[in-house]
Amino acid sequence: MKDSEHLIRLAAVFAGGLLFFVVIRSFFVPSSFGLYGHYRADAIKDVAALQVVHAGHEACEGCHSDVADLKNKGKHAHVNCEACHGPQGQHANDPMSVKPPLPDPAKLCVTCHEANAAKPRSFPQIVAKDHAGDVACNTCHVPHNPRIGDAPAPAHSEVKK
Amino acid sequence: MITRRKMLMLTGAAALAWDSVLAGTPENAPNYRMTDHWWGMLIDITKCIGCGNCVRACAKENNVPEGFFRTWVERYEVPDWEIQDPRVDSPNGGKDGFPPSKSGTTVKSFFVPKLCNHCADSPCVQVCPVGATFVSPDGVVLVDEKYCLGCRYCIQACPYGCRFLHPERETAQKCTLCYHRITKGLTTACCEECPTGARQLADLKNPADPIHEFLRTHSVQILKPQMATGSKGFYYGLDGSVR
Repeated sequence: MKDSEHLIRLAAVFAGGLLFFVVIRSFFVPSSFGLYGHYRADAIKDVAALQVVHAGHEACEGCHSDVADLKNKGKHAHVNCEACHGPQGQHANDPMSVKPPLPDPAKLCVTCHEANAAKPRSFPQIVAKDHAGDVACNTCHVPHNPRIGDAPAPAHSEVKK
Repeated sequence: MITRRKMLMLTGAAALAWDSVLAGTPENAPNYRMTDHWWGMLIDITKCIGCGNCVRACAKENNVPEGFFRTWVERYEVPDWEIQDPRVDSPNGGKDGFPPSKSGTTVKSFFVPKLCNHCADSPCVQVCPVGATFVSPDGVVLVDEKYCLGCRYCIQACPYGCRFLHPERETAQKCTLCYHRITKGLTTACCEECPTGARQLADLKNPADPIHEFLRTHSVQILKPQMATGSKGFYYGLDGSVR
């Protein structure tokens, strides 16, 4: 009789320990942990909730359909707006107060079109210095439809803006 | 007594309930269901011009600290037959473009954009001791910033070198495949800014995605297939010298 008492005490200590563990665990382990695997499922929501910086070309085309139409007729049809104009999420959210700056063609065009041996041969490339000297690209080319003759030559007011 | 009418109504309700069971609980966007997607990316080497738009777009979209990269572009130069010994450079990750190569056209040269391959059997996920990195149900390898200890195991485990320790937050960071964008129906920032279409976000569970037609009709490779990582970064036009 006395011997079994020892076992009961031991069992009580274990039960108490287990209860303590379960209580602490439920307190510290987030409820979403283990929902899909060995991780906190709510972390997916955290990542998904981050701020969108690039608006996406669909958002641009909603208002700037005239530019989109011009662009879609030319060689730059597959170049999305933000590839040249940079991220415009803020402008898309608040078009009136956030005005995007006009890109500088002197820096912008050569980003893609300056000749480099590693570029695919079929990609149109120029050595800017030999091609036009210091003349700005948009003196002759309309950036949204760049092949000469495909679009009306840029008006001077447009170039200077 | 269940009449035929009641039975039909019940089956309809059960079908609706089962649909929401399949959908999983976390709804990131009202119409986004994780179980409907399995994300990857197609990279067309033959279209990459090394402009660095993707690197800049990624840095702005994800606030990537200067000197660290979630995506970057490498330039390979392979002298003739020495394909085991290519010259590789990536000045500032290709963020500022590439200077003219010294060898010019005397060697084979091309650009290789790199990013997390969102492996289905990812080594980085397997080594994390605290469950801070995982493959989401839609196939994106993500990091739980609240759980990450900054132990760097995953950084060493990634065979593609896609992870880094954020210098201020001291947590592991990596490409999220712009998870905050793709769950809203947008494409990734790098794909949005890529001027040549060298990068294409691919939803492998969407039968209408053009990726399926492309994979059927082209010779496509993944990086380091011998690692059996289940990589979902599909490269078209990849040279054998690329590591």
